[in-house]
Amino acid sequence: MNAKVKKKLVSYAINALLIVVIFIALSALIDTGVINRYYAGIVKLIFINIMLAVSLNLVTGILGQLVLGHAGFMSVGAYAAALFTMHSGLPTSGPFAVLTLLCALVIGGTLAAVLGFLIGVPALRLKGDYLAIITLGFGEIIRVIILNLPFAGGALGLKGIPGLTSFNLVFFVSVLTVYFIYAYLVSRHGRAILAIREDEIAAEAAGINTTRYKMIAFVMAAFFAGVAGGLYAHYIGVINPGKFDFNYSVEMLVMVVLGGMGSITGSVVAAIVLTILPQALLSFADYRMLLYSLLLIVMMLFRPGGILGRSELSIAGLGRWIKRTFLGKKDKGAGKPEEGEV
Amino acid sequence: MALLEVKNLGIAFGGLRALHDVQITLDSGEIVGLIGPNGAGKTTVFNLLTDVYVPTEGSIMLDGASIVGKKTYEITQNGIARTFQNIRLFKYLSVIDNVKIAMNSQMHYNMFQAVFRTPRYWKEEQAMDERAMELLSVFGLEKMADTRAGNLPYGRQRKLEIARALATNPKMLLLDEPAAGMNPTETRELLETIKLIRDKFAVSVLLIEHDMSFVMGICERIIVLDYGVIIAAGTPEEVRNDPKVIAAYLGGEE
Repeated sequence: MNAKVKKKLVSYAINALLIVVIFIALSALIDTGVINRYYAGIVKLIFINIMLAVSLNLVTGILGQLVLGHAGFMSVGAYAAALFTMHSGLPTSGPFAVLTLLCALVIGGTLAAVLGFLIGVPALRLKGDYLAIITLGFGEIIRVIILNLPFAGGALGLKGIPGLTSFNLVFFVSVLTVYFIYAYLVSRHGRAILAIREDEIAAEAAGINTTRYKMIAFVMAAFFAGVAGGLYAHYIGVINPGKFDFNYSVEMLVMVVLGGMGSITGSVVAAIVLTILPQALLSFADYRMLLYSLLLIVMMLFRPGGILGRSELSIAGLGRWIKRTFLGKKDKGAGKPEEGEV
Repeated sequence: MALLEVKNLGIAFGGLRALHDVQITLDSGEIVGLIGPNGAGKTTVFNLLTDVYVPTEGSIMLDGASIVGKKTYEITQNGIARTFQNIRLFKYLSVIDNVKIAMNSQMHYNMFQAVFRTPRYWKEEQAMDERAMELLSVFGLEKMADTRAGNLPYGRQRKLEIARALATNPKMLLLDEPAAGMNPTETRELLETIKLIRDKFAVSVLLIEHDMSFVMGICERIIVLDYGVIIAAGTPEEVRNDPKVIAAYLGGEE
C-alpha cells in the first residue's frame, strides 16, 4: 500500500470518526431534551433534505443536466413506502419496525428508480432547457396519476402512516446516501459522469458510453429521492399529492444551486441552512417568506457560484482556509478541490 | 493488410454532397496528412471515421472489420482516437483526470467495488495513476498533473488533448489541426512529439493541418481534398508539384 492510499484511508477514518461524533452529540442532545421534540423533527427533516439535495446535485450539478421533476420521484418513493408499511402486515411497532421501514424504503427507492429509467429513456435525449421542461412535465404527470389512483387516497392523500422514521435511522440512511454518491464520484464511473458535464462530445470521443452513464446518474438520483420520500412519509405521517408539486422540485433545486452546482458538501450545507432558515425566521411572521427570498438573492449576489462553488469541504481544506484567512499565510494547495465528506 | 481501409466513402447532407468517392489506406506506423482548402471536407472525413456522421456510401474497415454504424465510443474502444480542431478538454477537471477519463474502458471495477473501496479499486486506480503519469511525462506535463486543464497555456492544452487520445490505447490517431495557434517553436516541438509517439506507442497518425512546413516535415504521404473529392495523393514532393493542388490553393486558370 503506498503513501497516497494510506493518506486517503486516514482521511476516510477521520471523516467516519467525525460522523460518529456528530451522531453521538445529536442523539445525546435529543435524548436529554436539549433539542426538544419539535426541533428533533426539524433535524430529521434536515437529513431528508440533505438526501434530496445531494441526489439532485448528482444529475444537475455533476452530470450537468437540469432536472425539475425531483419531487415526482420523491412522491413515488413516499407513496410506495407508505402503502407498503400500511398494507403489508409487517410489524410497525416493536424491534422489527425498523426492518419494515427498511423494506419499505428499498421498495420506494426501487420503484422511483424504475420510473426514473422509464422517464430517462426519452428525456435524456434532450439537453438543458428542453430536459428541464420535459422533467417538469413528467413530475406533474406523476403527481396527477397519484391523485387519481384509487388506492392512494386522492387529494386527501394517505393518513396515519406509522411514524417509523427515527433519528438514528434517518441519520444513517442519509450518511450512507452521501457516502455512496461521494464514493461513486471519486471513481472511474464518477469521472465519466463529470466528463459528460464538461464536454459530452469529448467524453464520447474518449471512449465513454455517455448514454449509459447519463442513465446511471439519473436512475441513481431517482432511487435516492425515492428513499428520501419514504423516510419523509414515515416522518410526517400524512402525505398528499399537493406536497410534491413543482414548487418542491424548485426548492430542492435552490438547495443545489445555493450550495454550489457539483459540490456534494455544498448541497449538504445548503440543505441544512435552507431547512433551518424558514424556522429561524418564524418570529417575523408575515415577512418570513419575503426575508427568505431576500436572503437567497443576497447570497446569490455575493456568491454566484453557490456557497462552496465546485469545491468540496474537507478538514484539510478547512485548515488551509483558516490559515489563509486568519493568519495570512499562503500555501500551495489552496483552491484545489479536496476530498472529504460531510 | 492495411490498418485502415476506406473505400468509396461519401456523405450527402440532403442535396449537398460533402464527400464523394474518398479512398484512404493507412498502414500501421504511418503518418499521413490530409490537407485541402477550407471547407474541402477534411473534418467531415474525421467525423465519418469516428461515426459522428454515418456515411451514405462506401465502407470503412479497421483491421479488416467494418466500423460503419458503430457508436463513437465503440470506435474509440476499437482503436481510433481523435483530437478536435477547437480544443475540447474537460476544463474544470485536473490534467491527470482528463487522461484517466480516457482510460475508463480499460478499468473494470464495477459500481459496488468502487463504492466499497475494495482492493481491486485501489489496485486499478493506482495502476492507472502510474500509467497516466507516464503518459503525461512524455508530453512534459507531469508536473502539472493536478492543475485544472483549462488553466494550462494553449500549447500544453493541445498536448494534453493528444495525451488523452493516446490514453485510450489507440491503433490510430486522428489529429485535427494539432499545430493551430502554435508559434514556430511549439510547432517544431510538436513535430518531434508526434514522431516520438508514433515510435513509442506504435500508432499510425492521420492529421489535418494547414501549416505546410509542418505537414511537409512530418508526413510520409499526403492526401489532398478539394470540394469533397481527393484531387491528389502521394509523397510530399509529388503533392507539392501537382498542378491540381496548386490550382486548388492558389486558384488556377480555367
